[in-house]
Amino acid sequence: MSLDPATIRRIASLSRIRVEEDQVESLQHELNSILGWIEQLNEVNVDGIEPLTGGAQMAMRMRDDVVTDGGYPEQILSNAPDRNGEFFAVPKVVE
Amino acid sequence: MTIYAIEGSTGPWEVVVGLEVHAQVISNAKLFSGSATTFGAEPNTQVSFVDAAFPGMLPVINREAVAQAVRTGLGLNAVIHKVSRFDRKNYFYADLPQGYQISQFEHPIVGTGVIEVELSDGSTKSIGVTRLHLEQDAGKSLHDQHPTKTFIDLNRSGVALMEIVSEPDIRSPEEAGAYLRKLRSILRYLGTCDGNMEEGSMRADVNVSVRKHGEPYRTRCEVKNVNSIRFVMQAVEAEAARQVEVWESGGTVVQETRLFDSNRGITRPMRSKEDAHDYRYFPDPDLLPLVLDEDWIAGLKAALPELPDAKQARFRAEYGLTPYDAGVLVAEKATAAFFETVARGRDAKIAANWVTGDFFAALNRTGATIETSPVSADNLGALLDLMADKTINGRIAKDVFEAMVETGKTPAEIVEERGLRQVTDTSAIDAAAAAILAANPDKVADYRSGKDKLFGFFVGQTMKAMAGKGNPALINETLKRLLG
Amino acid sequence: MANSGSLTDLTIAEARDGLRAGRFSAVDLTMAHLHAIEALNPRLNAFITVSHSKALAQAQAADAALAKGDYGALTGIPLAIKDLFCTAGIRTTAASRILEPFVPPYESTVTANLLRDGAVFLGKANLDEFAMGSSNMTSAFGPVENPWKRLQDQDAVLVPGGSSGGSAAAVAARLAMGATGTDTGGSIRQPAAFCGLVGVKPSYGRCSRWGVVAFASSLDHPGPFARTVQDSAIMLGSMAGFDPKDSTSAERPVPDYEAACKRGVKGLRIGVPREYRADGMPAEIEALWQQGLTWLREAGAEIVDVSLPHTKYGLATYYIVAPAEASSNLARYDGVRFGLRKDGGELAEMYGNTRAAGFGPEVRRRIMIGTYVLSAGYYDAYYLRAQKIRALILRDFNDVFAQVDALLTPTAPNAAFAQGENMDDPIKMYLNDVFTVGANLAGVPAISVPAGLDANGLPLGLQIIGKAFDEETVFAVSAAIERAAGFTALPQIRAGQ
Ligand SMILES: [Mg+2]
Ligand SMILES: [Zn+2]
Repeated sequence: MSLDPATIRRIASLSRIRVEEDQVESLQHELNSILGWIEQLNEVNVDGIEPLTGGAQMAMRMRDDVVTDGGYPEQILSNAPDRNGEFFAVPKVVE
Repeated sequence: MTIYAIEGSTGPWEVVVGLEVHAQVISNAKLFSGSATTFGAEPNTQVSFVDAAFPGMLPVINREAVAQAVRTGLGLNAVIHKVSRFDRKNYFYADLPQGYQISQFEHPIVGTGVIEVELSDGSTKSIGVTRLHLEQDAGKSLHDQHPTKTFIDLNRSGVALMEIVSEPDIRSPEEAGAYLRKLRSILRYLGTCDGNMEEGSMRADVNVSVRKHGEPYRTRCEVKNVNSIRFVMQAVEAEAARQVEVWESGGTVVQETRLFDSNRGITRPMRSKEDAHDYRYFPDPDLLPLVLDEDWIAGLKAALPELPDAKQARFRAEYGLTPYDAGVLVAEKATAAFFETVARGRDAKIAANWVTGDFFAALNRTGATIETSPVSADNLGALLDLMADKTINGRIAKDVFEAMVETGKTPAEIVEERGLRQVTDTSAIDAAAAAILAANPDKVADYRSGKDKLFGFFVGQTMKAMAGKGNPALINETLKRLLG
Repeated sequence: MANSGSLTDLTIAEARDGLRAGRFSAVDLTMAHLHAIEALNPRLNAFITVSHSKALAQAQAADAALAKGDYGALTGIPLAIKDLFCTAGIRTTAASRILEPFVPPYESTVTANLLRDGAVFLGKANLDEFAMGSSNMTSAFGPVENPWKRLQDQDAVLVPGGSSGGSAAAVAARLAMGATGTDTGGSIRQPAAFCGLVGVKPSYGRCSRWGVVAFASSLDHPGPFARTVQDSAIMLGSMAGFDPKDSTSAERPVPDYEAACKRGVKGLRIGVPREYRADGMPAEIEALWQQGLTWLREAGAEIVDVSLPHTKYGLATYYIVAPAEASSNLARYDGVRFGLRKDGGELAEMYGNTRAAGFGPEVRRRIMIGTYVLSAGYYDAYYLRAQKIRALILRDFNDVFAQVDALLTPTAPNAAFAQGENMDDPIKMYLNDVFTVGANLAGVPAISVPAGLDANGLPLGLQIIGKAFDEETVFAVSAAIERAAGFTALPQIRAGQ
């Protein structure tokens, strides 16, 4: 599976990373070389193997339904690149 | 059963609808954080660092949110999955702080179930539930506060939602409405969602396609976030009509996400979702499998309240109500409870008539709810008792009821204050009836020459002369005797 | 007061005793390290942020606590904190432009545990951007220099390894007595080996990830760096513990790791995984490995040949799983709530500009790889297959640990290389983690211990891998190697030189 320039642009757009036209070719080369190296995994027989998601081999603990957090809007907003009063602000979105 | 169809230039089209309902879980804290969920708080006050997706923040699941999903699944007669899992649905949006929504894609907590709906022609229909899963809500974008900016409030970010997905079994706007009303009723009975569509705690994504009878499904479009039952019904109609027009004019319906414009009654494509078809779902590595204990599920099941279908069946069996009356009375838990208080130890059919008739009319007229009604169930029951023991007659009862609505007093107080006791003294009735006959000699003659219908006139006049308080049976008896 | 050269040479255990005995103060100890930082950090670039006044205030508080006899395991001990741990009120960058202005209003659980036990934080250590790298060359704040020098080529500037390169360089050069790191594919153990230190990657779930900037959630392991096994045991004892704020945190008591260091290895069965004998392994690394086995045998352990058949697929599996998780974990850096923003027309352009300007090339590359392997049509071929191979790798470890108590392997396939080497091809760089990545995929504990020098005089490490949550055995074996190796070599660049 080799990535073409259109796929590179699609992945960049899905990743929300702006890629200039003159970067596409080198990205294509780098990603294809990594993916080519990863192809070795096709040698492994994985028939009947259950996928393993994570390192923790246990079931999930549950929290009590108690309000223990929140109530500090100033701290939530203090790092915002742009804010308007108690709101975060972004360029206007058309739905 | 009446079959709904859209008449196009090429003939009738069948409408195929599936609904994805997002129901906000009733819980104190959010699905994966400890912040509050109350509606209407100041912007960004009910937000933790977890909800705002600050670096290094991690989710921990709320047990009550899980319990609410299980209760709802049980209420939908659905399969509860003892092992489920959370996945990330990846997309960028300004009010989605993590850049992904934690949801359940491959392994939802609840599997297939079913909802029975009643239709206006008296028929019932089973609509399949495909699944119910738990997920996080996003924040809120405000687009109209500033000329060039969108404002973001994250209070809702991370609130627990149940997404309840129906099978594409719905075939008309009416069925869509009936499904939503029934689902909302079940959620409210269970206490798992308040069903308040105005506050956004219940929203529907409406999947619509059209086809010629007997065809396989054609391409569907999803109308997102419709926030009232009426608008859902209108959106089905508008979107189906649009698709019929596209097909009939030789075009092709493309799968897309649309919005319903309730002012213009049309749907339009949703710009911000243009490229959102690749969500890159994968298991959330910050969370572990959700494994439910069998005894815990059994405990939740044992504590479930009686649900609308069971209650309706019981009302029909126990009180002899018609399916329609029973259906109306069980739609809201509070109404059903009100009715049962009125009906207990009394004639249930009369109780049902009063509750669905005069009582509902009074609520409508005054804008009151069952909870704020000036007429309590006990007082309405007492009114029925006054009729049963002949203290008042049915006509006076209507007046007493209106006075109860106005004043909130008990019927006994009103009857006493206003002297509305029924007159059963035969000499008073004799006197009143004789006076009416004496005042209308020509009508008496007409009656005697065969105009039977005039009997009602004499009854009415006598009752009127007695200010409505005469016992109707005694008046009849007396007039028959005097005219006979 | 002892002179600052000797204060910075103390181990944590020695400093702890000295502080408690009143031989010097915590302020003396902290000042000695701050001076060393002042002198050497401009060259080494081990710290991104030095929290001078906070450190002094913490040292003063430590002295007050010591005076009252009210001290914890680390009271007054000056540490470096990898700049991936959020520290309340101290800028936390993940070595990325995108977080350059970020000041967390909260403290990570691990650093809060260290503060609870009295530690002094000197500052935030440099790293590969978002912990993605094995050389500390990808930091937006510039590369870190390894304090060690090649005997034959004193001009070559060597890398400290990565991603926790600043932590390793700081501890090796005596700018800090210990440091925190994170290890996602080898990011503690490989720099520990490159800098002649002990580096511990504990079991998955042992140290909370809450408040640690995420790279790959299922693989990220916080852990300590120190100059001795005992010191690293003291640090891990403080950092570890159950955290209800991390769903993957293990609800287990923390054993006495320091005591475990004294256990010895008599009667232990030590496995030698034959698949680690990679083609082209330098002879001196092979020789050191054999030496390590001999030391353990002489100390009373039994050496057993074992097989981890899927070893060779670990790295490629890692390079699917880690980028996939990273592509999602790094989606929150969007210029809306914190960090860098580069405006430009509509929201989507703002995102694209912010993330292109905020992330360096390696981070962008991994996000794109991760996005691709999760995308529609490719998920099964890449991500799902990788998860299955990960299951096989875990099964390999489980099978082997039914036969042996611990494994001994080299930590890295080479000693520290020079800045600029291995940079032409990302895969060459990825191969640094070939021996370490298995323990991350399986979540089992592993320690790198300095065991010898190569022909250039550069340190080499041996890795001890243990059963999940059996760090005690890993510490016992590590301590035995440390005692036998008698590693006393010192980096050329260090405080007091
Ligand atoms: Mg939907
Ligand atoms: Zn949803």
